[in-house]
Amino acid sequence: MNEPPARVRVTGPPRRRTPLARTREVDAETPLGAVYLGSLLREQLWLAVRTLVALALGLGVVPVLFLLVPGLTDVRVLGLPLAWLLLGVLAYPFLVLLGWRYLRRAEGNEDAFVELMEAGRGPGGAPERRPRR
Amino acid sequence: MNPDLGAAPGIVALVLVSVATLAIGTYGLRFSRTTSDFMVASRTVRPRMNASAISGEYLSAASFLGVAGLLLTFGADMLWYPVGWTAGYLVLLTLVAAPLRRSGAYTLPDFAEARLDSQAVRRACSLLVVGIGWLYLLPQFQGAGITLASAVGGPTWLGSLVVGSVVLINVISGGMRSITLVQAFQYWLKLTALLVPAAVLLVVWAGDGRPGPATGPAAAGGSLSWSSPLAESGPTGLYLTYSLIVATFLGTMGLPHVVVRFYTNPDGRAARRTTLVVLVLIGIFYMVPPVYGALGRVYAAELAASGRSDVLVLELPRLMLPGLGGDVLTGLVVGGAFAAFLSTSSGLAIAVAGVLSQDVTGRPYAGRRLGGVAAFRVGAVLAVVVPALVSLSPSQVGVATTVGLAFAVSASTFCPLLLLGIWWRGLTAAGALAGLAAGGLGSGLAALLTLFPGWADGWLEVLLRRPAAWSVPLSFLVMVAVSRLTRDRAPLHVRRFMVRLHTPEALDLDRG
Repeated sequence: MNEPPARVRVTGPPRRRTPLARTREVDAETPLGAVYLGSLLREQLWLAVRTLVALALGLGVVPVLFLLVPGLTDVRVLGLPLAWLLLGVLAYPFLVLLGWRYLRRAEGNEDAFVELMEAGRGPGGAPERRPRR
Repeated sequence: MNPDLGAAPGIVALVLVSVATLAIGTYGLRFSRTTSDFMVASRTVRPRMNASAISGEYLSAASFLGVAGLLLTFGADMLWYPVGWTAGYLVLLTLVAAPLRRSGAYTLPDFAEARLDSQAVRRACSLLVVGIGWLYLLPQFQGAGITLASAVGGPTWLGSLVVGSVVLINVISGGMRSITLVQAFQYWLKLTALLVPAAVLLVVWAGDGRPGPATGPAAAGGSLSWSSPLAESGPTGLYLTYSLIVATFLGTMGLPHVVVRFYTNPDGRAARRTTLVVLVLIGIFYMVPPVYGALGRVYAAELAASGRSDVLVLELPRLMLPGLGGDVLTGLVVGGAFAAFLSTSSGLAIAVAGVLSQDVTGRPYAGRRLGGVAAFRVGAVLAVVVPALVSLSPSQVGVATTVGLAFAVSASTFCPLLLLGIWWRGLTAAGALAGLAAGGLGSGLAALLTLFPGWADGWLEVLLRRPAAWSVPLSFLVMVAVSRLTRDRAPLHVRRFMVRLHTPEALDLDRG
């Protein structure tokens, strides 16, 4: 096998010449930069926790429910035992719905963060206004 | 079954799937040149293709054969396996997918080293990846043996041999680049091979006048337990069920063959979108095995009684539909089952080989050192041969049970490491190491004792059979506690690393 030609490694988007004022704050790890980053992290983590709580409430309560109400094992819906309908069919659209809502909001949070970073781009790179807190 | 005529459709399907897999793998070989190609397909795989590949890789023998068999024997509580294997991707999507991709690491040990700046944690992770990979490869080879014995009538070691050889040839020749294409193809093959026979058999069942389950001694268990989502009645049942839920929901993110796939996404957003498509694809797939379980209760109750429920999917078509129709459908399910072994074992072999080549075979020995691709190939041989040999030893543990144990170990080790590493600045190397040891030893010992049964009874047996409910919290607790104690030794670059993990790539930030 022939030796492949030496590769040029491209690892990211090309860098801008002058970084934005607010990204400079994040880069320099100033208190303000920490606030910017912290707000994104908190939003994303809170969103994930909300999604997982919905998962726990939607699916996680099923075993307890069936333990507390043993009569549920005899319930049939559309000819199927209730447990089979819940776990064999309905669980999957529920999971996809949760995932889809999460994805839209997580990307929304990131877009908001990018906007926040770029909002500071005034003449000469000075911030136009203080960030909203 | 008549082994002479009965074997024909199975053999045809087996040969077709193996040839197609090798052909697509060879096609992919033309594009594989660099080490990066071999390991992560040079990170250029688009979400839809990547999602098909992840799903194809994820739907293993346990999904294709094991779930239907378990449903036939134990009923609705076994539905937690497929639900948990799907829900695991929701947990992965919300907490891990994008940051993991953005971390820019190749494998889990790479992630641990980048986050914690520690060679010791890296080595512990490598050990765990290899251990979980082997634990997960074992049932794949066992399942292949069952399939071949049932469909073709050959000895059980033949299955391990055939699957092992095809996987080795593919992985050694093309690595990740060619495997991506193979895996994507195999998702659609597996879905077709399970869905089409299920639809036909449902029509046959309706034509028979929709008979209900047989009653009498052949029917396994009472009908009450069959429609209950609890493993047993009372507190043990509740514990077993929730422990299974914890293991499957949290174990997915730490499976080596799943994680390695995320590095093939171009960026964090693509990683998230890929995960959502995976949720859809495996959700569709997992709606099908319950059909086999329910029909099996009507037509094949004796399989459960005789303890051969793992072959339900393979034998149900012939039991319900004699003649040519049954033969064709049998060929389809045998082909699908074989695709399941090939794709999952290929993915695992790549993940394990990747880690072995970085941390074992790629190291200098006696002054000599293998090149990147050569080290990867030697690693692949090790990754496949060891579990294939172990699978030859006789064992009574079901395919899905072993897979469940792999999930439990993964949930007790990599899940805390990933979640705390991504979302908590306070994690230290010492904390991570202590947590990995506590969770890994706890769940690993429980797994070993379950694979060789007869050690314990009562609650102890229950706790060992499904360790996740205590081993996962234990691992989290130890990690947090030891990290607090060693607070002054937190890595210095952790804030910069958080920027890298969580900010969108479009922003021009210093990511370390």
